[in-house]
Amino acid sequence: MSAAAKHPATHTVTHTAQLATGLPAELTREHAHELLLDMLRVRRMEERCAELYQATKIRGFLHLYVGEEAVAAGAMRALTTEDAVVATYREHGHALIRGVPMESILAEMYGKQEGCCRGRGGSMHLFDADTRFYGGNAIVAGGLPLAVGLALADKLQGRRRVTACFFGDGAVAEGEFHESMNLAALWQLPVLFLCENNLYGMGTGIERAQSETHLALKAAAYRVPAWDVDGMDVLATEDTARKAAEAVREGGGPHFVEFRTYRFRAHSMFDPELYRDKAEVATWKERDPIALFRARLRGADLLGDEEDAELEALAADEVERAVAFAEAGTWEDVAELERFVYSDPVASEEVAR
Amino acid sequence: MTVSTPRPTPTAPEAEPKATTSYREAVREAIRAAMRADERVFLMGEDVGRYGGCYAVSMGLLEEFGEERIRDTPLSESAFVGAGIGAAMNGMRPIVEIMTVNFSLLALDQILNNAATILHMSGGQLNVPVVIRIATGGGRQLAAQHSHSLEGWYAHIPGIKVAVPGTVEDAGGMLAPALADPDPVLIFENALLYNGSGPAPDAARPVDLVHAAVRRAGADVSLLTYGGSLHKTLDAAEALEAEGIDAEVVDLRMLRPLDDATILSSVARTHRVVIVDEGWRSGGISAELAARIAERAFFDLEVPPERVCSAEVPLPYAKHMEEAALPSAERIIAAARKVMGRHG
Repeated sequence: MSAAAKHPATHTVTHTAQLATGLPAELTREHAHELLLDMLRVRRMEERCAELYQATKIRGFLHLYVGEEAVAAGAMRALTTEDAVVATYREHGHALIRGVPMESILAEMYGKQEGCCRGRGGSMHLFDADTRFYGGNAIVAGGLPLAVGLALADKLQGRRRVTACFFGDGAVAEGEFHESMNLAALWQLPVLFLCENNLYGMGTGIERAQSETHLALKAAAYRVPAWDVDGMDVLATEDTARKAAEAVREGGGPHFVEFRTYRFRAHSMFDPELYRDKAEVATWKERDPIALFRARLRGADLLGDEEDAELEALAADEVERAVAFAEAGTWEDVAELERFVYSDPVASEEVAR
Repeated sequence: MTVSTPRPTPTAPEAEPKATTSYREAVREAIRAAMRADERVFLMGEDVGRYGGCYAVSMGLLEEFGEERIRDTPLSESAFVGAGIGAAMNGMRPIVEIMTVNFSLLALDQILNNAATILHMSGGQLNVPVVIRIATGGGRQLAAQHSHSLEGWYAHIPGIKVAVPGTVEDAGGMLAPALADPDPVLIFENALLYNGSGPAPDAARPVDLVHAAVRRAGADVSLLTYGGSLHKTLDAAEALEAEGIDAEVVDLRMLRPLDDATILSSVARTHRVVIVDEGWRSGGISAELAARIAERAFFDLEVPPERVCSAEVPLPYAKHMEEAALPSAERIIAAARKVMGRHG
C-alpha cells in the first residue's frame, strides 16, 4: 500500500512569500507586543552573547540567530506545551522562546552546572525535558530522524501531539533529510518540518550546494504538503506555521515550511565572512524582522514610544538577570566527570548469575 | 569452515534436563515475549515484517502483532535507527534490527552522535532506552561488505552497551534486560549462530548485561572470547584436553562494559591467556583486553598473551581464503600450545 494511495497529497507548494504590507484586522495589541518582545529577547540576549564571547566568558562555537528571529518567534506560537521541539546548533532563540529560562541558557553557555544541561552541552546542545526541547543538535540534519521517532511514538500511543523540527537549508543536502522526509510521509507521522533557509550552509551559498534551490519542492516531491514563506515577516511565519501545525495535529501527516530568511552575522565567531558581499548583507538588513515589524506596528498605532521602550526594557532586564545568574553560577566538581554516560544502575542488573 | 555444535553451559550443574531451541528461535521468542508483556515494545527494520527477517528471526511476528508493531522500513538505516532513538526518548521501547553490521555504518551518526551522547549532553535529563540488534560476522562467503565483526568498534563508544550473545540462552535472555535498561544497548548476533541449538533461555533464571561467564573451567590457560568464536574456542579447549592442556573458556558476553573482575580472576588462576576475536587485531577489542591484562595482571602472567584474530584484510569471497582469514579451532589450539610452551 503506497503512501500515494492512502494520502493523495498535493505535489504543489503554497507560496506566501510576498512582502506583506498592512496588518491583519484580528491582530491584537497584546499579541503584537508578545511577538515583538520575543524577537527582542532573542536579539538582545544574543548581542550580549557576542560580547561575552569576546570577553571569553563563552567559548567553543557560538552561532547567532540575529536576523532570523521572526522564524522561531512566529513558528513557536503554533505549538502547545505538549508538543516537542527539535532544533539545530543555532538554537538559543528557539530554546528561549520555547520557554527555557534565559538564566539557564546563559549559564549553560558559561559551562556552569546551573545551566540547562549542567554545562555538559554548551551553546550547540541546549536540552530541556520540562519544555520538551530535544536539542540542540550539532550534526546537520541529525535531528530529523529523531523528530521522526518522537512523532512515531506519539502516533503509536495515540497522542495528538506535534513534533516541530527546525533545520537549515544545509540539512536539505544531507541524506538524513531525504530519508526522514520519506519515512515521515510514508508513515504519515505528525512532524512539522521547519526549514530555515538563510541561503548559506556555513560559507557555501545555496546555489553552489543545491541543484534545486526552491527547497519546498523537495518536500513536495515526497508528497509532503509544503509552503514557502517570507521568514522576515513574523506575522507570516506565525500564520503559516499555525496552518501547517493544525494540519499535522488533525492527522494530516507531516507538513513542511520553508522560511526565507537571512543570517545577519557571521556563521560562527570564527567566520571572517569572505564568501558574501557586504552589500548583500546590507540589503537584507533593510528587511530586519524586528525593524520591519516595529515599523508596521507604529504605522498602525499598535506600538507607542513608551510601550516600545517598555518592551526593550523588559528584554534588557531579562538579559541582565541572566548574565548575573550565569556569572554567579558554579563549576561542577570534576569528580562528577563520568556521570551521565550511563544512567544510575538499575536493580535488574544485580540479578544473580 | 563448519558450524560448531553448541553445548550446555558447563559451569551450571543441571538439576533437570532443559528445553532445547535454536538461537534464531530464542531471539524470536524473546521478542514475542517482550511484545506481549509491554505494549511499548515494537520491532522495526528492513524486511522484518512480510519477509520475516533477513535471517528469519521475526518470521510469524507480523501475523501476531500487526504492521504497527512489526514495522517494515525503507532502506534508510539512518532514519529508522534515529527514529528508534526518538521513539525511545518519547516513551516507547523500540527494538531496531539492522540487517548486517556493515549496514550499521549508514546509521553510525545516529548511534554515536545521538544514542550515545544525548544522556550526557542533556546533563542527565533524557534517556535513550533503545535496543538495536545487529547481525554480524563472517564465514558465509559474503565477502567484504557483509562479513565484518565491528562490535569491538562499537565497544569504543562510551554511552552505549555492547552485548555479544554466544549461546542460545543469551541470544534470547539478553533481550529483556536490554529493554529494561534505560540506556542504549546494541546486541550483536553472529549470523552463523542462528541455526545452532542449545539450552533455551529460562525466565526463572534471567541473565544480566554485566558479567562474563566461565563456560568451561580450566587451570592451565584462559581462552577469552565471545559471540561467533565461542564454539570454536570450546572445540579447541576440548581438543587441548586430549593433549593434557586444561583450558578455561571465558565468554565475555559484554564488550562494553567489560567484566574486568571475571577476566582478571581467570588470568590470575591460569597465568596464561589467549584472546580469540573475529574482529581485526589492530586497535580491536583484543588489543583492549591485552592492554587491561598487561595493566592489571602483568605479574600474574607466565608468558605474554597471544591473540587469534581475523587477518587484516577485508574479508575475501573465496571459501579457502575466507577460512584462512577467520579464527579457527586450529589457530586457537596453536596459540594455546604456544603459551604453554609446547610446539609442533
